[in-house]
Amino acid sequence: MSVLCPETPAPGFSFANCKRNALLESKGFPVPKATKTGTTIVGIIFKDGVILGADTRATEDTTVSDKNCEKIHYLAPNMYCCGAGTAADTEQTTQMISSQLELHRLFTNRVARVATANQMLKQYLFRYQGHIGAALVLGGVDSTGPHLYSIYPHGSTDKLPYTTMGSGSLAAMAVFESRWNPDLEEEEGVKLVRDAIAAGIFNDLGSGSNVDICIIRKGSVDYRRTFDEANKKGVRQSSYRYPKGTTAVLSSKTIDVEVVDVTVHPIEPEHMDTA
Amino acid sequence: MPPVITDLAMNTESDWMNAAHSTGTTIMAAEFDGGVIIGADSRTTTGSYIANRVTDKLTKVTSHIYCCRSGSAADTQAIADIVAYHLNFHGMELGEEPLVETGASVFRELCYNYRDSLMAGILVAGWDKRKGGQVYSIPIGGMCVRQQVSIGGSGSSYIYGFVDANYKSNMSKDDCVKFVTSALALAMSRDGSSGGVVRLGIITEDGIERKVVLGNELPKFFED
Repeated sequence: MSVLCPETPAPGFSFANCKRNALLESKGFPVPKATKTGTTIVGIIFKDGVILGADTRATEDTTVSDKNCEKIHYLAPNMYCCGAGTAADTEQTTQMISSQLELHRLFTNRVARVATANQMLKQYLFRYQGHIGAALVLGGVDSTGPHLYSIYPHGSTDKLPYTTMGSGSLAAMAVFESRWNPDLEEEEGVKLVRDAIAAGIFNDLGSGSNVDICIIRKGSVDYRRTFDEANKKGVRQSSYRYPKGTTAVLSSKTIDVEVVDVTVHPIEPEHMDTA
Repeated sequence: MPPVITDLAMNTESDWMNAAHSTGTTIMAAEFDGGVIIGADSRTTTGSYIANRVTDKLTKVTSHIYCCRSGSAADTQAIADIVAYHLNFHGMELGEEPLVETGASVFRELCYNYRDSLMAGILVAGWDKRKGGQVYSIPIGGMCVRQQVSIGGSGSSYIYGFVDANYKSNMSKDDCVKFVTSALALAMSRDGSSGGVVRLGIITEDGIERKVVLGNELPKFFED
């Protein structure tokens, strides 16, 4: 082995750390946790397209590790994909598939179909048997119309007119189940998606911060980063600083310092050994 | 147990988010005079959450062969996609529609070879000109057996008696549709992980005819 001929790393996942973590756990130590997007992500089909929505909180166990992260990932000019689960996996998976879709588009000279992206994602995730922790909401418009899919980490998919995922999915689904209908106008759709994400932000501890929205129509996309700050930080009504002199001085005492002796030690600079 | 405010809800994620997405299901296929009828409920669950209440578990393999899926959604979807690919290729080489028996055989091959890593109980049903309407059952270990009527999934255990008592060979199409709908409705009312709507497929020489029976249109039985 040399620098010119490096050893080929073993392909696939290494599960060495799983053994370490099991040992750690058995000895009563806390197991290291992956950064997860404890998330609310949603998607709906409206009259002439698809709307995707996401919150912007990323967590490491109970700590908020990013207060404004991007969970709506670019896949192709006509397709976007929301990601929940392990942040690294959703990011890497969507980037890989995005690259393959672009090559596919160039090769076929056609706008890539949403069904194609769905098939590529599910086959990729199925191959890794759920070890890639990516739960996705895939949306887009192609020659056959608007499409929306939810894709689970084990590689199963559902084709639905409205869907939610992540830890805040229950709160968001409650909003959709009561208000979604097939001929929603764009404006009503955006309002509905905002409210669904807001339900996740307010009712789920894993979700928080802002609302991102992405509207995909036939031939155009509107990516609205920070569409809404669901809970703006309040402004202090007045200053809570105490003015100088608030604390009364009841008595004061001065202690004189008596100089007994003064000695000076000159320090010779030490030169570096350059021999 | 009272709600604990200091304990962050992140634990719920590991519970149902990572749970394998599976179809606690009721599926069914029955031969009748002129073809087969396939049926399924529409519920897909992750733990105790219904991830999809309008699932279509009747999946196309070729124009005259369909399968009813039960078990892990990911596994059964992957298998169905692979079999559809093989049979499409086989159909082109053959220059005619693949036999249902061939379709069942490809399913069996995958289900048996990968029996240690798969969770899939599949019913293969269809029509071909050699044997007409046929039903093949491929339960979890990868066995393959032809049956006139077959049921599968967690909900099926509730309706073995009903099926044995009411199935007749060479029923008319309408009688068979009624029989399958009733059986599924009974299973869905007793099995917590089955429910939603009843999806049906009637496969004959002319291809498939799809039907949906909505939740409020399901036949009623003793309900007290």
